[in-house]
Amino acid sequence: MYTDKVMDHFTNPRNVGEIQDADGVGLVGNPICGDVMKITIKVEGGRIKDAKFKTFGCGAAIAVSSMVTELVLGKTLEEALEISNKAVADALGGLPPKKMHCSNLGADALRKAIEDYLEKQGKGLPESRPDSEEGGEDS
Amino acid sequence: MKLVYLDNAATTKPRQEVVEAMLPFLGERYGNPSSIYSMARDAKAALDEARGKVAKALCARPEEIIFTGSGTEADNMAIKGVAYANSRRGKHIITSAIEHHAVLDSVKRLEKRGFQATFLPVDSCGMVDPKDVEAAITDDTVLISIMHANNEVGTIQPIETIAHIAKNHGVLFHTDAVQTTGHIPIDVKQLGVDLLSLSGHKFKGPKGVGALWVKKGVKVERYIDGGGQEGNKRAGTENVAGIVGLAVALELSVGELEQETARLTQLRDYLIKGVRERIPHVRLNGHPTKRLPGNTSFCFEFIEGESLLLSLDKVGICGSSGSACTSGSLEPSHVLLAMGLPHEIAHGSLRLSLGHETTPQDIDYVLEMLPGIVSRLRAMSPFGEEVSSDSACPCAQEEHSLVKSHQF
Repeated sequence: MYTDKVMDHFTNPRNVGEIQDADGVGLVGNPICGDVMKITIKVEGGRIKDAKFKTFGCGAAIAVSSMVTELVLGKTLEEALEISNKAVADALGGLPPKKMHCSNLGADALRKAIEDYLEKQGKGLPESRPDSEEGGEDS
Repeated sequence: MKLVYLDNAATTKPRQEVVEAMLPFLGERYGNPSSIYSMARDAKAALDEARGKVAKALCARPEEIIFTGSGTEADNMAIKGVAYANSRRGKHIITSAIEHHAVLDSVKRLEKRGFQATFLPVDSCGMVDPKDVEAAITDDTVLISIMHANNEVGTIQPIETIAHIAKNHGVLFHTDAVQTTGHIPIDVKQLGVDLLSLSGHKFKGPKGVGALWVKKGVKVERYIDGGGQEGNKRAGTENVAGIVGLAVALELSVGELEQETARLTQLRDYLIKGVRERIPHVRLNGHPTKRLPGNTSFCFEFIEGESLLLSLDKVGICGSSGSACTSGSLEPSHVLLAMGLPHEIAHGSLRLSLGHETTPQDIDYVLEMLPGIVSRLRAMSPFGEEVSSDSACPCAQEEHSLVKSHQF
């Protein structure tokens, strides 16, 4: 049911934990549905210097969290915001169809962490993003 | 790698005696029991012998046994068969919220065909209250179907009391005994039921064969049209090998039932005690004592069942869970929810069902491996966090309270 890559990231998840003095925190999901992801990031010079995750969820949810933290390391904020849930699933060699909705929240958690960072910095989301969510206003 | 199979409520390993008893009927003894020459009569004789064994194991009569293709089919036949054959008397059916889907979905199908249904609640131990059954009976009630023991949490229902109520009101009573047959004593007369379903592979018999016991005189509509097999209720050339295997398995299980019950109960309680001692924030699902000898069911807070199963599989332990991921829907187990468990707790369920091959060493191995696995998953879990209100999950309707109220 899961690809070898999913099982690898589930068994040996990368970047588990929480950055204590994080620059941005993203939390998505709902325990009622069985999936909650928390991603913390450290930003330096406009790039993601460090990313860690904590996840309550199934094998797919854990693998997705692990993969997204790995994909995002060293990326600029703009590049990081380009990472989609589908891209994360693709990087894992695909997910079972029924997992695409409920467990594939890694990119959402990452975006929330970046939004949180930008908000703290008093900045909005980069303007180029066509599907940017709320929180894009300059304060 | 060591393999510890603790999913005996899902299926069991067929006994060697069962396989050996079946083999001739997959080969040289291939006659059709409905034909008249001696080779066919040989198959018919084997069928009759098997029917006799099953009847004896249930304290029933051979002609009351209908062999089916599964326990699910037996449940379908019982519920739809009784409802259709007795629909002139009434169109109301009573069942419980924790039945197997073979029963629940059969009843729901009938609801679409003009029948009315009552799905009784259960208490926090998964027990049906006989008073609720009695209160639900109307002049229109034709059938009550309550499982003998629950497949997920192992709670054994007060079947005799409910059967007594059903009889007093002139209502037929079916019990799904798929989890109990061959595991706890069954005497259909003592139980007082009118129909009882069982499945071969749950007591070390083969898959693809089950049976429905129908008390003499109880009307059940013919389920499969065709030839006159199985008392004219279930047409189709009999699965002779499967039926022979089922009968041998049942005979052997019933023969050693007393000692096996004692052995499994001891192992089960050892596992439950060990898990509780070693792992915090765990709850036992189901009744503490009125439960199947081989059933343990736990909920580990703050972790999700599928992650747990995958981690256990990595160390050779086979179990099952009622989490949404493993129940095949977005909802966790209907049984755990009916018992009042919150969704987030129900997602963390683990059923370990013991069986004939289970040894004390197996339980020790689980007790050695499980605490580390649970700790590892909990260390990865963001419990203690508030979840954003604009959640990405569309099924999120209500505020959760549990996860944020606990810290490790």
